[in-house]
Parts: sequence; C-alpha cells; structure tokens
Amino acid sequence: MPKQTARSTRTNKFVWLIGGEAGYGILTAGEIFARACMHAGLNVFTSTEYPSLIRGGHNTFMVRASDQEINAHGEKIDALIALNKETIERHAHELNTGGGIIFDPEVCGEVSAKAKLYPVPFSKILSELTAESIMVNTVALGASAALLELDFSYIESAIAKVFGKKPKATEQNVAASQIGYSHIKNTFPENLGISVKPAKAPQRILVTGNDALALGAVAAGCKFAAIYPMTPTSQVLHRLAAWQQKYNIVVMQPEDEIAGINAAIGVSFAGVRSLTATSGGGFSLMAEALGMAGMTETPLVVIWGQRPGPSTGLPTRTAQGDLQFALHASQGEFPRIVLAPGDIDECFHAAYEAFNLAERWQLPVIILVDKHVCECYKSTTPFDTRNLKIDRGQFASAGSGEFPRYKITENGVSPRALPGQPGGIFRAVSDEHDEYGYLTEEPTTCKAMNDKRMRKLEYIARELPEPVLYGPAKADVTIIGWGSTKGSILDALPLLQAKGIASSFLHINYIWPFPAGTLSRTLDDAKLAVCIEQNATGQLALLIREQTGKSVQSLLKYDGRQWTPEQVAAAVEKFVKGGA
Amino acid sequence: MMLETKTNPTWCPGCGNYGILGALKGAITELGLAPHNVLIVAGVGCHGHEPQWVNTYGFQTIHGRTLPLAQAAKLANHELTVIAVAGDGDCLDEGMSHFIHACRRNIDMTLLVHNNGVFGLTTGQTSPTSGKGFVSKSTPFGSPEPPVNSLALALEAGASFVSRGFAGDPKHLQELVVKAIKHRGFSLVEIFQPCVVWNKVNTYDFWRQNTYKLEGAGHNPSSREAAWRKSHEKEPWPLGVVYQTTTQMLTDHLPQIAKQTLVKQPIGKIDITPLLEEYS
Repeated sequence: MPKQTARSTRTNKFVWLIGGEAGYGILTAGEIFARACMHAGLNVFTSTEYPSLIRGGHNTFMVRASDQEINAHGEKIDALIALNKETIERHAHELNTGGGIIFDPEVCGEVSAKAKLYPVPFSKILSELTAESIMVNTVALGASAALLELDFSYIESAIAKVFGKKPKATEQNVAASQIGYSHIKNTFPENLGISVKPAKAPQRILVTGNDALALGAVAAGCKFAAIYPMTPTSQVLHRLAAWQQKYNIVVMQPEDEIAGINAAIGVSFAGVRSLTATSGGGFSLMAEALGMAGMTETPLVVIWGQRPGPSTGLPTRTAQGDLQFALHASQGEFPRIVLAPGDIDECFHAAYEAFNLAERWQLPVIILVDKHVCECYKSTTPFDTRNLKIDRGQFASAGSGEFPRYKITENGVSPRALPGQPGGIFRAVSDEHDEYGYLTEEPTTCKAMNDKRMRKLEYIARELPEPVLYGPAKADVTIIGWGSTKGSILDALPLLQAKGIASSFLHINYIWPFPAGTLSRTLDDAKLAVCIEQNATGQLALLIREQTGKSVQSLLKYDGRQWTPEQVAAAVEKFVKGGA
Repeated sequence: MMLETKTNPTWCPGCGNYGILGALKGAITELGLAPHNVLIVAGVGCHGHEPQWVNTYGFQTIHGRTLPLAQAAKLANHELTVIAVAGDGDCLDEGMSHFIHACRRNIDMTLLVHNNGVFGLTTGQTSPTSGKGFVSKSTPFGSPEPPVNSLALALEAGASFVSRGFAGDPKHLQELVVKAIKHRGFSLVEIFQPCVVWNKVNTYDFWRQNTYKLEGAGHNPSSREAAWRKSHEKEPWPLGVVYQTTTQMLTDHLPQIAKQTLVKQPIGKIDITPLLEEYS
C-alpha cells in the first residue's frame, strides 16, 4: 500500500461540501463533520440547501472552517463529497483549483471533472459491514478526515457527541468511519494539500439560529410555547419540546397558527411568558391576533422565520421578503417591536430580550429571522448569561374598587394585574375600551387610548440599542443591511479591502421602531452608501426613505439562496465602480 | 351584587342573552367562586360583550378564537375557573376547528355556546346552526345548507361533558352550568337562545313547544350510545346532560404543572448551562 506523502501547503482553512439525495444522512454527516472541525479548534460556519422533500432531491451541507473568525458560508469548495452523480454535475465547477472529489465509482461512474479524484467503494464497504444502521455518509466522514489530514480522534468525538445516547450506534459509526479513513490513507499517495493542525481554542458550542432562539427563550423564562410546525422554525418547537420536562415548559402543537398565537396571548395574559413561532404563511394566519395583542396590550413574542414567497414559495430556501409585512401586519395602528438578529449570538439575545421588551412595553415583539440564520450552524463561545436580567415590567399591587388596567400614563404603559389577583379584575377587550376595559366609542376616549398605546413607540425608540457600524469610520462605501445578511457582509469587507475598496457596514438588528436618526446621520456622513438585501423590492431602502426622507439604492438577491461574501463583494465593487 | 359591573347590558329587550347571563352569574354565585379566580373569555358577536357585565376577569377576543385563548389561559394558571362564551357563528363557523380540538384535548374548562341560529350583531344573516331553508338577508331564497350538530360533533371528538340548555329556562340552565363547571374536563353547554329581532323561527314559544328535559326521561348520560341517539334527536330536542364521562385530561399528562401552576413558577434564575453542554 502506498503511503500518503504530499506536503500540505495550506492549513486550517477550507470548504467541505457533502451532497446527495435526501434520506442519506447528509445533515447528520454535515453536523458531525462541523463538530469535528470545531473540536479541532477551528471556527466553523455551515450552510445547508435542500428541496422540500423527505426522500430524493438534491441536498447539500457545506462546512466552512478556519482558524480565523468566519461569519458566512463560502463560494468555492476544496473537498467535495459526492454521494451521487448529481452532486458532481452540480458542484464540480465550484471546486477551487487543486480541490478534490470523494465519490463512489459504482454510483457515480466515470468522473471527468478537473479535480483530484478519490474514488472510494462506499457500496462495497457497506455491503461488507453487518451493522444495519450505518450509511454511506458515515464512511464518507472518515474519508473526509483523511483527505484533510484531520486527526481521526475528532471524528470519533463528534460521532460520540451526536450519537451520545446510543453507545452501540456510536461504536458502529466510528468503526465504519474508520474504514473510510483508512481507505483514503492507504490508497491515495497524494492528499489535497490542505491540513487541519489542531489549535488551542476556548470552549465553544455549535448551534443554529433556531437553537439559539430556543435557548434564549428558555433562559428568559419562557414557560409556554404553542407552535404549529413550519419550515424554517420547526426546530424551535423540537428543541423546546425536548426540554419541556426538564425546564417546566408547556409545549403545545396547536391545530393551526391561529390557535398558536391566540394560545400564546392567553398564556401571557395569565402572566406567563409565552412564545409562538412560524414562517410568513403561518404568520399571515396570525395577523389578526397580533392586532389583538396590540389592542389589549398583552405581551407577546413571535419568532418569524422568513422564506421566499409569495404563497408556499420556496419552502426550504431563504429570503428577507417579509420586512414590510412584519412592520404593518394586522389592521389599524398599534405599536410593535421588530428585531432582526443577524447571527447566532444575536438570535440568543434577541430571544432573551424579546420577552423583556414584550412585558416591559406590553405589546407584541416579532423576531424576524430567516431560513439562513435559523438553520446555519456556527461555532461560538457559549452564551454568557451572567449579565442578563429579567424585566417583567410593571405589575399592580392589590387595590380596591375598579382596576384601571389601561390607565393613561406618560409613556403609555399601565401596570398589569393577572387573573387570580384580588383587586385587579378587569376585562381585556379587542374593541376600543376605556381605562377600565369597558367598551367605549366616545371620540375623546378613543383618541386618548390610541395616543396612549402609540406613545410607547417614542419611549421604546430612546431605549433600543442603535445599529452597529463595522469597519473603518472613513470608508469608500458604507453597506447597510439588516438581519441575516450580516455574516456575508462582514466577510465581504476584507474581500473588498483586497480590491482596494475600503468598506464599512451598518448592521440593523433592532429594526422597529426604526433608528431613523442613526440611519440619517450614516447616509449624511457616508461617501457612498448602498443596501444589501435578500428581496426583490429593496424593502429596507424603502423603509429608510420613508423614515429619513433620504434615498439609497439596494443591491438585491432573491433566488432563495443567501448572498455569499464573494457575491456581496462583487456586487458592491460593481456598484462603487459603476455608480456614484 | 359582587358580580355586577358598573355598566348595564345593551342587548335588545327580550334577548336570550339575558337568561344566559343570569344563569352564568347564578352558577358562579352558587359555586361560591371568588370572582378574581374566574376568567370569562368571549368571542365576537352579540354574546361577546358578556364579560362587560360579569365582574370577573374577562377577555373579549376576536371572532372565533375564544377556545385557543381560554384553554391556554387554563394551562398557564390551572387554579382559575375558565369559562368560554361563544356564539354559534363564532364557535361553529369561524372557530369550528378549535371546537373539535378542544373537545379532544379535554382541558378542564367550560364552553357555553350561545346558539340563536342567526348572526345577530351583523344584522341577520344565516348561521351554521340555521335550519335548512332558513330565510335571512344572506339567504333570501332559503339556506341550502343543512345545520351543524354541535352535540354530535362534540361527542365524536371525544368531549367528556356534553349538554344542552335553553335561555328561556335560566333555572335549568344554571343547574347545567354548575354541573359543567364542576365537571373535571372540557364541558360543552349548547344553549338554545332566541333572537327576538332576527330569528322569527326559533322563538321562545318554539323552543318551549319543541324541547323536553332529559332528567326524568330515563336517559343514561354515561352511555355513549344513548348520548349519540339523543344528540341526533329533534322535534322535540332534548335538554339536559346528554353525556358525561370520566376520562384523562390533557393536564394529567403534564408533569410540568403537577406541583405548581406555570404562573407561580419563578423565572429569575434559570440555568441553561446543561443545555449548552449538549452543543459542545
């Protein structure tokens, strides 16, 4: 057997992609591989693409790993793991020069791609194994580790982490993976020229946005969730459901999204922090109840994971097409808060803060995320909860006589009473009402109640964190974004710098009430400014114009796939050179 | 009266809602419930203003959504007595799905369906319980649709307490509401309610002449088969407890709230470190 001899020319920086049909464990393999890289001390960002199918179709899982900070997926692949022929046909052209393909010659046939080829007889290896639960993906994991000179022990530890509760499955998968590892080591004298040199790194966790949102909710004391399953936020339901007994959370799968949001409102009205989660379609059903939360001043937290519409659209892809809808959904006018966390850490803190904001201001809070941020894994330091504080807002103490639940106050917030509390009896009413919750159509009172509710927005705007500016203070161009484009824009900044374009980036996380002052100043100060968005009409640019009176152009992508850093850099470069 | 509020009902003179309101307040008083421990959740329709005139905690929701909100409030604080009041359009049109699911879910609460067979507040259109041929503003040539049968639907969906009362007999209705509140599980009280303005068919006289009481009529409410037959009887329609059984409630499966209501559980110091460990 030949021994591997090639010298590694690059360390700790690569993009790995596994592709195949749904049902072949692509996601599991990807998660294990990402975790192995993290265990080896690398930063990891993953991205998965799959159609709305349970079996078949083309599925991919990309792992970008680096010893530098990374915030997004990549464009070019170094190691392509093809579990079927289609993966090669679709992705061979995305390989970096010197990249390689691991494939099963029996499944993929002759491969003519311009790449280093590593045929591995997966089917034959599998047929020789007796363990039933093992699939091609596991063998491919070992082969991948060998190709990238990742010590096998990391694959072993990652498998153990993922299959932790099933020791037999762990053992079988490790054994199968070992065969793939040895096959590459013993068969191919030349490796990819890329190697993983384990680095010392602080302890990290590998989480998706959905994980982070669920963790934030648990930490915030969310005790009830009513969630009707819908991609891309179903994982929030799954996580909370798994933890419900350990953390005393009642998790309900309601009959529809309408029941989900009304249940969340009922629980919150009764004094318990509650949550619902959905996507745009489910939210369309929830819209009426959102207004009820606004009218009755009941705290409410809604996680809304966007995906491309209209209608069923592209159920498993990504988009930022619901911003204007989130800002305006439901009839009439009432205050709301909209958060647009752009990464894992912001997801965790958005979920935590949403409950505080909802109770402090007694209104609905929408966490507007999307498939990309919901489902991408990122390695990150464990969330620091030491400085977090629960703020439950104002509660009334026992009184006598009628309780003025909707007492008119300066900042619009009136102390709450909870059912069961003596001296606090009132009626929450979806009709217009007076300070005591009695129906009224008297014009002066109607206007006063409307003013009281809307007044909250001014006070909230003073308290919400401002958008953050990344990059140099003096830049050739300032990119403005919101939500999940954060990662790709951040990683585009050095690419633009390399092209000689000094760029800064203003990221809007707390998007409503809108930080109009900051945006206005940013536009005044910027040499050149442009929005990056994941929709077809430039909804952020429209909002900026509405709120500041200033025009800014948007660079748009709306094919269901997230902007890559390379695409952002290319689009901004073109804009800078062609525009202004 | 401690259940009075500072406003008075605005229903039409002669409205069946007066009898229902009286029976509801009578039942709360008879059971000795502290008003602050009672939550009445209403939908939208003529019935919807009922919480305005009972001095307990109240929530007047949007059309059709009484049940999701009421059930959930009970999960948040199961020490409350939760009563949902709904109309026939509210509960059996807009909220039909919630009705079926509430029956099968079996959370300890009471639902009073104010069934007047017509849309009152929107000035007289046909409702899901209007009889076939019912002439209204929306069905000038007579409704071509047969009515829904809420008792049979509730039985089939697994409701553990199914009953029917008549707004024109508040004393009997109060007895039913008391039984419904005392029942451990989801309790349905369908109420025949005359609408003196828009429904000229199902009048007080009509219901008096076309109903009879199950009590003393040899009906065994613990028999599902007998209940099924009774739920389909008409002309005359039976009044009383059609079905009652003891079965597990949803909350019996929730160790999360076995020791303490959700609302009483402290949230100040929740440690997620063990969860973070799962992701390392």
